[in-house]
Amino acid sequence: MEIDEKVRESQAKSPVDVEAVVIRFAGDSGDGMQLAGTQVAVSSALMGNDIATFPDFPAEIRAPRGTPAGVSGFQVQFASRQIMTPGDTVDVLVAMNPAALKANLGNLKAQGTIVIDIDAFDAKGLRLAKYDENPVENGSLDEFQVIEAPITSQTRKAVEQLGIGHKIATRCRNFFAMGIIYWLYGRDLTATTRYIDSKFTGEVAEADKLALRAGWHYGETTEAFERSYQVPAASQAPGTYRNVTGNEALALGLMSAAHLSGKDLFYSAYPITPASDILHRVSRFTECGARTFQAEDEIAAICSAIGAAFGGAMGTTGSSGPGIALKTEALGLAVMLELPLLVINVQRGGPSTGLPTKVEQTDLLQAVTGRNGEAPMPVLAPSSPGDCFNIVIEAWRIATKLMTPVMILSDAFTANGAEPWRIPDITTLEAIEIEHPKSPTGMEPFRPYDRNEWLARPWALPGTPGLTHRIGGIEKADGTGAISYDPLNHEKMVKLRADKIEKTALLTPDLEIAGPESGELLVVSWGGTFGACQEAIVQAQRDGLSVAHVHLRCLNPLPRGLGAILKRYKTVLAPELNLGQLRQLVRAKYLVDVRGLNKVRGQPFWIGDITTEIHRLLGQEK
Amino acid sequence: MNATANTVPNFASDQEVRWCPGCGDFAILAQMKKVLPTLGVKPENTVVVSGIGCSSRFPYYLETYGMHGIHGRAPAIATGLKRTRPDLQVWVVTGDGDALSIGCTHLLHALRRNVDIKILLFNNRIYGLTKGQFSPTSLPGLVTSSTPMGTAHEPLHPLSIALASNATFVARSVDTNAKHLGEVLRRAAAHRGSAFVEIYQNCHIFNDGAFDFAKNPAIRDDHIVAIAHGEPLVFGKNRDKGIRLDVAGPEVVTLGGEYNEPDLLVHDEKADTNTIAQMIAGMRHPLMPEAIGVLRDVDRPTHNDLMRDKTPDPKSRETAVNRLLHGGETWTVA
Ligand code: SF4
Repeated sequence: MEIDEKVRESQAKSPVDVEAVVIRFAGDSGDGMQLAGTQVAVSSALMGNDIATFPDFPAEIRAPRGTPAGVSGFQVQFASRQIMTPGDTVDVLVAMNPAALKANLGNLKAQGTIVIDIDAFDAKGLRLAKYDENPVENGSLDEFQVIEAPITSQTRKAVEQLGIGHKIATRCRNFFAMGIIYWLYGRDLTATTRYIDSKFTGEVAEADKLALRAGWHYGETTEAFERSYQVPAASQAPGTYRNVTGNEALALGLMSAAHLSGKDLFYSAYPITPASDILHRVSRFTECGARTFQAEDEIAAICSAIGAAFGGAMGTTGSSGPGIALKTEALGLAVMLELPLLVINVQRGGPSTGLPTKVEQTDLLQAVTGRNGEAPMPVLAPSSPGDCFNIVIEAWRIATKLMTPVMILSDAFTANGAEPWRIPDITTLEAIEIEHPKSPTGMEPFRPYDRNEWLARPWALPGTPGLTHRIGGIEKADGTGAISYDPLNHEKMVKLRADKIEKTALLTPDLEIAGPESGELLVVSWGGTFGACQEAIVQAQRDGLSVAHVHLRCLNPLPRGLGAILKRYKTVLAPELNLGQLRQLVRAKYLVDVRGLNKVRGQPFWIGDITTEIHRLLGQEK
Repeated sequence: MNATANTVPNFASDQEVRWCPGCGDFAILAQMKKVLPTLGVKPENTVVVSGIGCSSRFPYYLETYGMHGIHGRAPAIATGLKRTRPDLQVWVVTGDGDALSIGCTHLLHALRRNVDIKILLFNNRIYGLTKGQFSPTSLPGLVTSSTPMGTAHEPLHPLSIALASNATFVARSVDTNAKHLGEVLRRAAAHRGSAFVEIYQNCHIFNDGAFDFAKNPAIRDDHIVAIAHGEPLVFGKNRDKGIRLDVAGPEVVTLGGEYNEPDLLVHDEKADTNTIAQMIAGMRHPLMPEAIGVLRDVDRPTHNDLMRDKTPDPKSRETAVNRLLHGGETWTVA
C-alpha cells in the first residue's frame, strides 16, 4: 500500500524515538472523538505498544455544539514500557473547536503540542466557547507548539471527488485528524482501514479512508511539524493479546464463568450509564447460550436474576449507583434466600443522578453496608480493565461456594478505559465445581437450610423429586428452613450468615506487598485507582523513598492478614475517589489511624496526585 | 406423566396455615390442591412464587417448589425463572396491593411479554397483612385504618389493566364459587402464555362483604354474569336477563319482551382485538352485572418463544466462548 511505503520513508527520514506518548482528542460529542482515540489505541497495541485509555465524555448524547460543557474527549497513552494509566498530562491535544481547546488546555504538558482545526476558530466558534479573543492570535498559547490545521476545509477537499454532500464530508473530520496523529507517531493505518471497511460501506467508507490518508499527507507534506516520532514496541509476555475495556472484560468474564461452571448465563439489566455496555455485549453472546433480559426497571432486573438463580442458572445483574439503590431490597432477599447471584455496580459520580459519565468510588459503603438488617455479602473490586475478567470468575466461584450474592464494584474509569489483555485459554481455566443435591433415597424430609463446612446451604433445583421446598424473605429456622420468629434462632441465623461471608477471605488470594515489608509508609488502594497508585509508588521508590503498596481486591470481608500488615508501617495512606470510605472501614476494623487522600471531581487520580502526597507525608516535599 | 388414581400426587404441605379462620384464601387453596394433581404436572415441576401480603403466604401451603419473595416483585422473579427453566410450570400468587400498587409495573410487563406463567390475583380490595389500609382496588368512600373519612380515589380494575397490557388469557372467578374457580384455574393452567386470573376474595376481618353481590347466593345471580365462549351473555336468577351490545356499549335487557337471546352479545374469548373484552371488563357493580369466567384466551408467541435462547452443548460452547475471547483485533507476542 502506498501509505505503508510512506510510513517507512518518513520514518527513515528522522523519526525520533520516544518512550511514551499521551494524545487527547477533543471535540463536540458528535465529532467522533471516541472512535478516533479507540483507533489510535488499537493501532498502537497492534504495533506492540502498551496502551491505556481514558474516554471522558458528557452525559448528553449530542450536547450543545461548540460549548465547553459539550466537549467529548478521549485520551490515549501508548508506550514502549509497561504503563498503568492513560497519563497525567497530554503531549498532543487535538482540538476540533475552540471549546475543546478551552476545556482541555489545563491537561496539556508544558511545551506540548496542540493540533487545532483552525476552520472552527471562527467568530461563532469563539463565541460559543466564550472566548473574548482568539486564543490562537492573542499570544496566550505561546508556550505551546500550535499546529493550525485547516481540518474541515482539507477534509472536504479530500473527499470532493466522491461528490458527497457537505454534511457527510464534514463528518469525516475525525479521520483527517487521526491521519495527522498517525503520521506524527508513525502509526500503522492498516487496522483503521480494516475497521472502516468493516463498519461502513460505499461512499462513507471511501470518504473516511480518503480523509485518513489526507490527514497523513498533511502531516508529511506541510512543514508544520519539525519531525515525526516513533514509539517502539513494549516487551510483553508471550501470548495472544487484544484490547479490552472494563465493561468488555466483565461481559467476557460473565460468559466464561458460566461456561466454567456449566451454567446458563442469565444477565438482566435496566439501561443505565455507564453499565449498559455490559448488557449490549452479553446480548450478542447468544451463540454461547447467553440469555439477556432488558427488564422494566432495576428491581425487575435483579428479581428476575434471583428467579433464574432459584431455577439453577447463573443469575447476574448489573447497574450503577442509583440502580443499585433500587435493587437494595432484593439484595436483602438474596442474602436471606442464600442463592448465588452476581451484582455488578459500575460506579459513577453521585449522589442521585450525580455525574453519570464520570468516575467515583463513592459506593463502597453502599455495597458493604447499604441494606436493611444484618445483610453482609462479599464485595470485590477489579483493579484494571483486564482484571474485570478475573474478578467475575472469582466472584462466581465465591457466590456458588458460599451460596451468596456477591457485589462487584467497577467504576466508570475502569469500565470505559482499555488496555492490552492477554487472552486466556478457556480450556485451561479452572472449572467452577457446583454440586446440586440429588433426590433422597430415604424418607427423611429435605432440609434446605442445612449447612456444609463452608456454612453454605444446598442449592436444590426445582424439578428434583423429593426436594420440594419453599424459601423466602422471612427468617428461617436453622436447618429446616421453616418460617421462624424464634428470637434465639434469628440471632443464630444472623451470625451464621455473617460467619459464612467471613469465609470469603479463605477463597481470595493472600495480599501482596509491593515494596518494603515494613517501614515508613504503606499505601492501601482498592479498585480502579490501582494503576495510578502503583506507578506513583514505583516512582517514589525510585526517588529513594520507603513506601510500600498493598492493593485490596476484596473489600468485604477485608483480606486476611491486612491488620497485621497495617501495623508494620508508621503511616498508612488510603487514596480514594471518595471522602474516605475504605479508610472508615479499615479504621473501624483495625483501629489504625489511616490517612486519606481523597478526590471527588469525577476524574481519576493522576499519578502526580499520589506522588505529591507520598512526598508530603514523608517530609520530602518536591 | 398423567396422575392415576393410586399415584395422585399430594400437593398439600405440612405447614400450619396461618390465615385468619374464615378467610377467602382457604377456599382458593382448597381449589388449587384439587386442581394441581389433575394437571399432569408433578409437584417437583411446579413452582409457586409470591410477593408480600396475606395471599403471598400461599407457596408455603403447597408441597411444590416455592418462593415467597418481596412486595410486588413475584412476576419479575417468575419471569427470570421461567426464562431459564421452561420445563417448569410457574404460578404467581399475588394480591391487589402487591400486584397493582407496589408491583404494578411488573404485572403489566409480564403480561405484555406473554411470559408463560399463571398469575392469580386475590382481590380483597384492602391491605390485610398490614391491618386494613385501603388498597388500589378499594372503592371510594370505604372507611379504612388510613382513610377514616373514607377512601378518596377511583379504584384500578385488574381485568381492564390485564387487557390493556395485551394479556393472552384473562379471567375472573370468586373464592367460594368452588366449581367455577376450579374450572378457571384449570383453563389458566392449560393456557400457553401469561394467564391472568382475578379472584374475588373476601377479607372478613378488614373488608367483609366487599363482594357480597358476587358471593351471596340470595342475590349473586342478579349481579354476576358467567360468560362462556360462544354463549350469549345471559344472567339472572331466572335467566331472564341478558347483555346486549348497544351503540353506547353493553346494556342490560330483560328477555322475553322486546329482546330475546339472539339479540344478545355472544362471548368470543378468541377475538383478535380485545375491544369487546374490555367492554365486558368494564361492566361494574352496581350499574351492571360483573362478568366471571374467561374473558380472553388467545394464542401468541410466549416470551421464551420470542427470545429463542440457545443451549449449546459444552463442547460447542467452549468453541463459541473461545471465539468470543479472541474477538476484535488480536496480536501475538512470541
Ligand atoms: S387479614 Fe383478611 S386477607 Fe388476611 S388472612 Fe385475615 S381474612 Fe384473610
